Amino acid sequence: MSGAQQVLAAGPSVSVSGPGQPPGHRRLHGSDRILAIAFVAPYAALFVAFAVYPIGYALWMGSTPSLYDDLIHDPRYLRSVVNTLLFVGIGVNVKMFLALLLSGFFMRPRWWIKTLLVVYVVPWTLPAVQACISFHWMLSGEEGLVDRLLSVLFGVDGPIWFNHRSLALGANIVAYVWKWMPFWTVIFLAGRMAIPQDVSDAAAVDGASGSRRFVHVTLPLLANLYLVCTLLSTIWTMGEFTTVYFVSGGAPVWATDVLATLGFHYAFDVANPALGVAAVMSMLPVLVPVVIVLMRRLQTRTVQL
Amino acid sequence: MTSGRRAPWRVRLRRLLTEAGAVMLGIALLIWSVTPVYNMLLIALDPEEGEVEFSGNLWPPEPSLDSFRVVLTQDARYLEHFWRQLGNSLYIGLTTMFLTVLIASLASFAVGRMRLGQGWLRTGAVVLSNASLLTYAIPASLLVFPFHRIMHDYGLSNSPCAVIAAQVTFASPLAILILLEYGRLIPIELDDAARVDGASSVEVYRRVYLPLTTPALAVVATYALVLVWNDYLYQFALLSSERHMTAAVMQAQLFDDADPPWNAMMAAAIIYSLPPVAIFLVLRRTMTAALTNWWR
Repeated sequence: MSGAQQVLAAGPSVSVSGPGQPPGHRRLHGSDRILAIAFVAPYAALFVAFAVYPIGYALWMGSTPSLYDDLIHDPRYLRSVVNTLLFVGIGVNVKMFLALLLSGFFMRPRWWIKTLLVVYVVPWTLPAVQACISFHWMLSGEEGLVDRLLSVLFGVDGPIWFNHRSLALGANIVAYVWKWMPFWTVIFLAGRMAIPQDVSDAAAVDGASGSRRFVHVTLPLLANLYLVCTLLSTIWTMGEFTTVYFVSGGAPVWATDVLATLGFHYAFDVANPALGVAAVMSMLPVLVPVVIVLMRRLQTRTVQL
Repeated sequence: MTSGRRAPWRVRLRRLLTEAGAVMLGIALLIWSVTPVYNMLLIALDPEEGEVEFSGNLWPPEPSLDSFRVVLTQDARYLEHFWRQLGNSLYIGLTTMFLTVLIASLASFAVGRMRLGQGWLRTGAVVLSNASLLTYAIPASLLVFPFHRIMHDYGLSNSPCAVIAAQVTFASPLAILILLEYGRLIPIELDDAARVDGASSVEVYRRVYLPLTTPALAVVATYALVLVWNDYLYQFALLSSERHMTAAVMQAQLFDDADPPWNAMMAAAIIYSLPPVAIFLVLRRTMTAALTNWWR
């Protein structure tokens, strides 16, 4: 459940802030008050039972200091930290930047581009497990589609992808970008559509070329959306499990594990859930500041209920 | 040649180049998007069982739909209970979808359209909806471990309800946000008119709110279904018995086996991938309308 699905939370930041509270000239009377409480109650109950309590429980599980001592002494842990940083740092930035550029491409008014958009979005709707298995199979062994194509088209013997740490890590990143880029492209596309056409037209009349319009008009207007989306995506990608688990599976020999897959290994293969929680929890020092910046950003425009 | 004549020629050349560039980029994007899907199809259509022999053909020499027959008749290892597993996935997916729509629409109706005034009720609603965003600040892969224990306390271990509860919790905050934003586009006067005609809040919710927010509800429903369809971790961790196993978990067993029935497994993967793709294609127009409106 990586984040991308959850996505749109970025919304309010761009929405030109609408009327906040419904104009409140009439107040609730008694029976409606009770009804309002009854309407919110199911969600409130769910939130307390399945969000607040588990979060508290996780903090409690991971609060034993000796767990972190064990982590530091496990060489796999340090490698996973590095992998997580590489995976998030490269994966998120490449994905977001390409998505931003491609959203401009999809703005072009051509029928075939509209059709292409539908095909382009399909990866996002494909179930992650199956898509990642397909990626794994495309790259593994000599029968993999990619190596076969390399030898048929160029007469090159492809590498054994999952035998090299950097190639395997690269494969994870590519699969991740493939799966989630369409989603963000659509978000940016919606953001671009919200920019009034006359702003761009005015710049064009003033003689601004395409690239200059992008830098001086589109970019500043999309900057906040871009930042919010990147922060959100960073948060969700930190916990990314499926891609790494199914594409490289940690190959070669645990060298490409990220914190989420390492935590999974601790919790389910070694049956030490507390250590699993601690491994994932050690992301908090990076995660918390990101969350705080994000909340501030959202607050500026925002969730005025 | 005068510069007056050269300009249009340059402009035309530039347009031509831009257009050619766009077509090339389009082709590249097409290949990029389709390759992994094509790979699934290639393996599924290969009649050889076991190890995949891709011999440089871009299409299997003797494509066969046999692997799909194998899946439909549950005639291979791992696939003996394919229909039940697909049923389990559908049950979890559809229930999550329904509950998310119901719970989120009730909450957003109360918060956005019932005029909570300025008292504690409003404060409570605001705190709750801001706090709910925190659900997204914690990676789902962190929460799965405590969930495993907590479900035991709740008496929900090894029950599809545990997965459903977790997924509805993850889907709801965003769903509420989308519905609240979308609700702002609908004049509150419509509610007032209905109330003047004697409609109670429940009736306003059913007869005015739900019909008018249909596009946003479609987005929320699709989002919830896609969330469940993409999930592996929760279905694996919270459902331990054979009976409750879902299709996603079954597919993952491929990795425990040196010589699995690849083509049949890929055929199963394709069948499993169909529902969300189909729903997306069907609801595409409604969804884009809601998304773009919501964005403005």
